[in-house]
Amino acid sequence: MTSIHIDRVSKWFGHVVAVNDVSMTIGPGITGLLGPNGAGKTTLLSMMAGFAAPSAGTVTLDGDPTWRNEQIYRHIGMVPEREAMYDFLTGAKFVLANAELHGLSDPGAAAKAAIDTVDMQAAADRPIATYSKGMRQRMKMAAALVHRPSVLLLDEPFNGMDPRQRMHLMELLRQMGSDGRTVLFSSHILEEVEQLASHIEVMVAGRHAASGDFRAIRRLMTDRPHRYLLRSDDDRRLAAALVSDDSVVSVEVDSEEEALHVQTSDFGRFTVRLPRLAADHGIRLYDVTPADESLESVFGYLVQS
Amino acid sequence: MNSTIARLTATGLLRGWRGLLLALLPFVMLALALLVRMAFGIDPEITSGLLDTFNLDTVVPLIALIVGTGAIATEIDDGAIVYLLTKPVARGRIIVTKLLVAITVTLLFAAVPTLIAAIVVTGAAGTVTWAYTVAATVSGIVYCAVFLLLGVLSRRAVIIGLMYVMLWEMLVTGLVDGARALSIQHWGQSIAAELAPDAITASLSLPVATTLAVLVTGMAAWFATQRLRSLTLAGDS
Repeated sequence: MTSIHIDRVSKWFGHVVAVNDVSMTIGPGITGLLGPNGAGKTTLLSMMAGFAAPSAGTVTLDGDPTWRNEQIYRHIGMVPEREAMYDFLTGAKFVLANAELHGLSDPGAAAKAAIDTVDMQAAADRPIATYSKGMRQRMKMAAALVHRPSVLLLDEPFNGMDPRQRMHLMELLRQMGSDGRTVLFSSHILEEVEQLASHIEVMVAGRHAASGDFRAIRRLMTDRPHRYLLRSDDDRRLAAALVSDDSVVSVEVDSEEEALHVQTSDFGRFTVRLPRLAADHGIRLYDVTPADESLESVFGYLVQS
Repeated sequence: MNSTIARLTATGLLRGWRGLLLALLPFVMLALALLVRMAFGIDPEITSGLLDTFNLDTVVPLIALIVGTGAIATEIDDGAIVYLLTKPVARGRIIVTKLLVAITVTLLFAAVPTLIAAIVVTGAAGTVTWAYTVAATVSGIVYCAVFLLLGVLSRRAVIIGLMYVMLWEMLVTGLVDGARALSIQHWGQSIAAELAPDAITASLSLPVATTLAVLVTGMAAWFATQRLRSLTLAGDS
């Protein structure tokens, strides 16, 4: 059982604050580190893996600092986002080299077991340079698993993978999680995290926006006020009808765009009520567009709440 | 020394365009040696022109530059170094291993060809031959350490190294005598001049040149280790 503790950690590069006063504990099981691109996920992962020093605060692995401490790699397996490996080696020799570098007593057996785990026996004797992105990712996993680490850190592991490879990797990570290992992966895609992690940590603009059970956070995300842009054959009459509905917080008539900006507090009710209201008043709806469905705005809402 | 790191480093160094370039430079030098020997016989002036001006000024530093930076800068650039760094291996051991491999390869492609070329142009394995070999060996070792350090410090290690060789060693030391005290090439020559004072000119005394060579090699390896311990791989975001 190994945990990573992040205590009041900030990281800045010159004037840019990449991570801002973040505290969290990553324990056994699968944790998803979710956030839009540039939210500071990679920086946070780098600090956990000992590849960046916190500007303030501490990052420890079972009490030992991760920065400038190569002994942590006895417990950590790291799957970096970057593609580069020792491309001139075959997959088997690459994983073997990783096993040797860990000083394992039987590196050959360990390498073979790791390659079997990621199901890459068939391509193991081919040079890495000939691998597809998904095959590389699996060999990177094998290299990270070769010393059977208790902590596995993965930076955007599903990027560029096809659905079949994605499912295979998810299955593998689930297995690791149920074995009691601490698995942390970063992603900017909500659905990936939803499928894999029960526990999530959300980062937005360098800040720790939310933490906990995925379903609770998902509910927070869907229950937030939603904005819509509506167009109809009679915007003013539609506005009047909408104002009288409980689910609507505000309505603005935009005469320049010939549209209505509507804010609703109850997403579920509004989507049911709107077509009925329109039908009851004999109004034709031309356009119903959610105005704030981008991931950034969804995450942004979490920061405010 | 770590045999896995040594194997990875050596393979990385000797393959592709880098391996070709490493083989080409000594080949050109040996071909020139043969040509001048056949055309002019044994001539001390031509010997010095080839072994000093061409070999020690150009071939040795270039080979050490390709090898010294290639031993680590390429991996830092493309990020593959992460597979060495995520291991419980002391950073000093990584640097020392890479330095020893770089020195071995440099000596193989710079000092050995110097020895052969010197035998060809002088006609014997005499003191002049050995003196040039010692000069190439000493400067090759120090260059490797300095260029390896550059590779850890900067993404522009090759350019900075090239500027040091072309501007400082080739130009400035020719114009300002004092600049030779900070020239790796002149440390090697000053040590080698003890063997053949008639053929090679010493610009520094033996103790000074030896101290500087040893000190700079050791300091470069130490500093490279410190920088590798603090290497930041913060990624793109």
